[in-house]
Amino acid sequence: MSGTELRRGDGLRGRGDDVYEALLAAHHGLDDRSSAALNARLILLLANELDDPDRVLAAIELARRAGAVR
Amino acid sequence: MASQEPIRFPYRTPPELSGNAVRRVPVAIVGAGPVGLAAAIDLALHGVPSVVLDDNDTVSTGSRAICWAKRTLEIFDRLGVGDRMVAKGVTWQRGRVFRGEREIYAFDLLPEGGHKMPAFINLQQYYVEEYLVARCADFPELIDLRWRNRVAGVAPHEDGVRLAVETPDGSYGLEADWVVAADGARSALRTMLGLPFAGQDFEERFLIADVRMQAPFPNERLFWFEPTFHPGQSALLHRQPDDVFRIDFQLGPEADPIAERAPDRVIPRVQAVVGPDTPFELEWCSVYAFRCARLERFVHGRVVFAGDSAHVVSPFGARGGNGGIQDVDNLAWKLARVVRSEAPVALVESYEAERGHGADENILNSARTTTFMTPKSAAEMAFRDAVLTLAPDHAFARALVNAGRLSRPCSLATSALQTPDDGTVAGPMAPGLACLDAPLADLAGRPTWLLAELGHDFVLLAFPERGADRPAVPGCRTLAISTEPREGAFHDRDGLAAARYGGAPGVTYLIRPDQHVAARWSGFDPAAVAAALARFGLSARPADRRAA
Ligand SMILES: Cc1cc2nc3c(=O)[nH]c(=O)nc-3n(C[C@H](O)[C@H](O)[C@H](O)COP(=O)(O)OP(=O)(O)OC[C@H]3O[C@@H](n4cnc5c(N)ncnc54)[C@H](O)[C@@H]3O)c2cc1C
Repeated sequence: MSGTELRRGDGLRGRGDDVYEALLAAHHGLDDRSSAALNARLILLLANELDDPDRVLAAIELARRAGAVR
Repeated sequence: MASQEPIRFPYRTPPELSGNAVRRVPVAIVGAGPVGLAAAIDLALHGVPSVVLDDNDTVSTGSRAICWAKRTLEIFDRLGVGDRMVAKGVTWQRGRVFRGEREIYAFDLLPEGGHKMPAFINLQQYYVEEYLVARCADFPELIDLRWRNRVAGVAPHEDGVRLAVETPDGSYGLEADWVVAADGARSALRTMLGLPFAGQDFEERFLIADVRMQAPFPNERLFWFEPTFHPGQSALLHRQPDDVFRIDFQLGPEADPIAERAPDRVIPRVQAVVGPDTPFELEWCSVYAFRCARLERFVHGRVVFAGDSAHVVSPFGARGGNGGIQDVDNLAWKLARVVRSEAPVALVESYEAERGHGADENILNSARTTTFMTPKSAAEMAFRDAVLTLAPDHAFARALVNAGRLSRPCSLATSALQTPDDGTVAGPMAPGLACLDAPLADLAGRPTWLLAELGHDFVLLAFPERGADRPAVPGCRTLAISTEPREGAFHDRDGLAAARYGGAPGVTYLIRPDQHVAARWSGFDPAAVAAALARFGLSARPADRRAA
């Protein structure tokens, strides 16, 4: 793995609650399959928007480890 | 089912069984598929005789390779069969990817001109083999092609290999300095030497149908995700010569390979693609599952594996046969020099590093395509669908659509045979890359091609300064290129050679016999060229001859 460090502080510039709300609203009324599909589209768009494959790979790794059973 | 009877090649009693003593040959090639045949021709061009042993007496039948990539065609051209293949083949360079009925992506593999060979041709493997066999006949002194000679035993020893060969007239032994194992995916030599063939199996089954019909499909590669005519799966269509079309249908992992091959199952599937009013004839169909695997090592003492015996891939991307021909391109000149005692055995071993890298690249790409085409979980499916949904409007998502990463020449940049680039030459042709072609003219104005003039020697490709001498070093032929007609140089009429090679005055390249860049410099320094050549461990040899 590369040594790329991801941001741990607030990158959402104090508007985290807005973003979180919009995320939930986008899933509102969707069944599991449609939700998964939405998430997949969103992940691809965000991954591309990062403009840095190393940071995408670091995020995948971080997400994977954060979900591991402790 | 095949509408044509395959050509049968004559079996002849081998000399060993007609009273002559056991011979020792410099090279025995096991297998007369595309790889073995190309190896025999390439060795013959380097003046090295070989015996080719094949257990059969015909070209390959059924649905096998059809797509031959530009680099392979350039190699075939060097071997003297490129024009014939292109003349018969269906030339194409565009592909379209559909989801349902909607086109989501189109690509052009060769948008620029100035190359002798096209991006791809489609040509049935049996024609490729037929033309290679015919070319072998041009070297009656050098190529001894033996049909119905099955290798049943292999005994390697210190400085050679003894093969046990079975024929309709009985068995004989053949002693060879080197053996090229080109005996295909189920390689008997691999099994007899107990070499593991590790890899990944894909459970998905595919129906591959070759049908003969008059149909207005374009000369393009057409690929469908979830086509309306074959719901929930994928399909691929290619035009071949003789009004034959290849249609691949993804069937899912549960499909019954025997039942699915039956004409009453196949015909409706084809009818759904071509419409109810197009009559067609089934030429061949088979159900396949694919595997990606490779030998860990390709060189085992004096036995060298090439083509499918060394590595197999799924066919998406057309990397199997194309990869095998690139193996030959890399191996033949090395083996020729070792057989002639002009290079140490290490040169043959470098084939393993260079082509092992190519095999890994081919396996990686064809495995990724197969994974994209056959999602195995809800998550894999969700991402695949997301890519396909975003593709029409987002260029980045189109780049993720993986309907085949088509065979491209593989870079040898990681190999120690190449001299690291010093960055002083402009342009993309870094050490390790396969040379790009360009149109040239000789002094009389006759058109020719850069690759044709490179041939199969070490070549000093030079863009000499005006008024300067042509550079020359021992062991290399010089190919000089100039911007105007000039004695002793080829004229770069369209400026494409200079553009592709960053050919400012003074720029000099060392090109390998397999037409890959070994080194490049902004000026000519004989000591630097000698050092670059020394990496190959060659000893002096008589002036390079050019074979017939
Ligand atoms: C459906 C399908 C589609 C494909 N499409 C493409 C494509 O479009 N493009 C592409 O590049 N590749 C494609 N391939 C792959 C391609 O067909 C192979 O990579 C290619 O045939 C390999 O050539 P080869 O000479 O190494 O082996 P083979 O063609 O298998 O030849 C091996 C030869 O060795 C002989 N032999 C075997 N055992 C012995 C023995 N004990 N003694 C003597 N002789 C023996 C066999 O009879 C045979 O003639 C496709 C494959 C399949 C199945």
